[in-house]
Amino acid sequence: MTNPSVPLIELRGATKKYGGVKAIDNVNFTVYPGEVHALCGDNAAGKSTLIKCLAGAVKRDTGDILINGKSVQIQSPRDAKRHGIETVYQDLALADNLNVAANLFLGREVMRSGFARIFINHGFMEDEAATVLKRLKIRLPSVRQKVHNMSGGQRQCVAIARAVYFNAQLIILDEPTAALGVKETEMVFDLVREMRDQGHTVIMISHNLNHVFDLCDRVTVMKTGVRAGTLKVREATQDDVVKLIMAGGRDFDQSRDALHSAPDLAGCA
Amino acid sequence: MTVANSQETMPAKAPLSENVTWLLSRMTALATLIVALSFASPYFFQTGNFVNILKQASFQFLMSSGLTIVVLTAGIDLSIGAVLGLAACVGASFLANGQIFYGVGSALLVGFTCGLVNGSLIAYLRIPSFIATYGMLWIAVGLSFVFMDGQVIYGFPESFRVMGSGFIGPIPTPILIAAILLIIMVITLNHTKLGRTLYAIGGNRNAARLSGMPVKFWEMMAYGISGLLAGFAGLVIIARTGAVDAGVGNDLLLPTIAAVVLGGTSLMGGRGGIVGTAIGALILAIILNGMNLLGVDTYWQIGVLGSVTVLAVLADDKISKHIDMRG
Repeated sequence: MTNPSVPLIELRGATKKYGGVKAIDNVNFTVYPGEVHALCGDNAAGKSTLIKCLAGAVKRDTGDILINGKSVQIQSPRDAKRHGIETVYQDLALADNLNVAANLFLGREVMRSGFARIFINHGFMEDEAATVLKRLKIRLPSVRQKVHNMSGGQRQCVAIARAVYFNAQLIILDEPTAALGVKETEMVFDLVREMRDQGHTVIMISHNLNHVFDLCDRVTVMKTGVRAGTLKVREATQDDVVKLIMAGGRDFDQSRDALHSAPDLAGCA
Repeated sequence: MTVANSQETMPAKAPLSENVTWLLSRMTALATLIVALSFASPYFFQTGNFVNILKQASFQFLMSSGLTIVVLTAGIDLSIGAVLGLAACVGASFLANGQIFYGVGSALLVGFTCGLVNGSLIAYLRIPSFIATYGMLWIAVGLSFVFMDGQVIYGFPESFRVMGSGFIGPIPTPILIAAILLIIMVITLNHTKLGRTLYAIGGNRNAARLSGMPVKFWEMMAYGISGLLAGFAGLVIIARTGAVDAGVGNDLLLPTIAAVVLGGTSLMGGRGGIVGTAIGALILAIILNGMNLLGVDTYWQIGVLGSVTVLAVLADDKISKHIDMRG
């Protein structure tokens, strides 16, 4: 299986230009297996571009992606999915008019067997959906309920459960709670906590440092297209992160290997 | 979990409110119509009249079923009546010579081709369906007039006319055809990948695309199928009337849309279905039949049809908002 000291995914020297503007400039970024990695930064800091590079939604100009130490080609969302990277976007990719089970299997419907193979196996998909929701401790009234009638938090959980069900190696959450109320947010974070406990690897864009410090193992701060730094949450304070967000830093990385080294905050103003 | 919910297990049973409310509203409408018309006209509540209504509803269903598929993908096909007319004209030119195979084949081909042209414009070139099919409406109308050159074609083989005016056993053929089509479409829309894809496109096109569904292809095919079914409906209609001129599809668009809307399929896409359209076709046939029995003037009938269509959309809107508030 995966070696915990080798990054699950590594982005090296990634640059993406929109016209003359560098959305991200020579960014290095590593995520280790089993960690929940937060991505912070102001607006236009390059967070979204960074994860879109990993998700294949944006074609980077330069830079390599390595998965488990091996170089891979990710040029499209399909490539990313093939390499086990699932992305849950802010504007949930759910079909409101379909039920929970149908959404979980959207585009990957399970068919009956034999002569009936042209028909969808509703029962199987409903059972599987119920199983994965139960495993993730997501409580919904019914897997046959239409997503349309559900709360924002429940919908976000369904979107995330879909990524988990298809055995994603890496799950990217793009501001999973941006549009949610307090209670709803709590529901989604319970899910992320559950995923962490079950060993899933997660990248999460977030603006809320309380959540970052509550949930995440490491946090990477972006500032105007470059990486200000990556900190271990346990060894940093919220002030350290705020400083990085506001003032930037000199692109350092507290990797998981260097568990006992002192925080290198030299770059902070 | 912080969000408390005492339910430990997850029952698979769906909350039925949406479907039940919808079905109840339709059944109430049907029952009200039947009771009211039974009192209003002594000729209404009779077996012969019911067979008439069913036949009329069957023709309507053939035309509206294709449109239902398109509307489910959040599109509209305004060219249905015109394409039906063109297909019927081309088919009739062979049928009048006794060439049933070529007649049927050419009508279906014309319908399918027009639909595919619509579909490619809409799915691949991203022209709004309203514009693309509106253009096709006039192209098909123009071609019909060019093709027919003012002629009326009649005299089709009896074996062909069975399709529109004959019986199979005790059942009029068009009713049987509509019933078979209904069953095929119920299964396709609810139990196949194609159906699921069409609903997903109508519900959230972007989600369907991100899920890897071949969205563009099936969106195009929705219009193709709509055109194909229009061609088929054209054949059944000329088999009933026994004659065709260039204007055969002229007045068919309004009732075709009306039946879909009365059936509760949302013009925003993704909601409703083919059973609704069958019920919508039935309601429409009863309304028209009732107005005929009561001697309502034809022009007034058209006005009533338009009003009923708008009212149905309004009512569905209110009902679905009501359900949302409760859910």
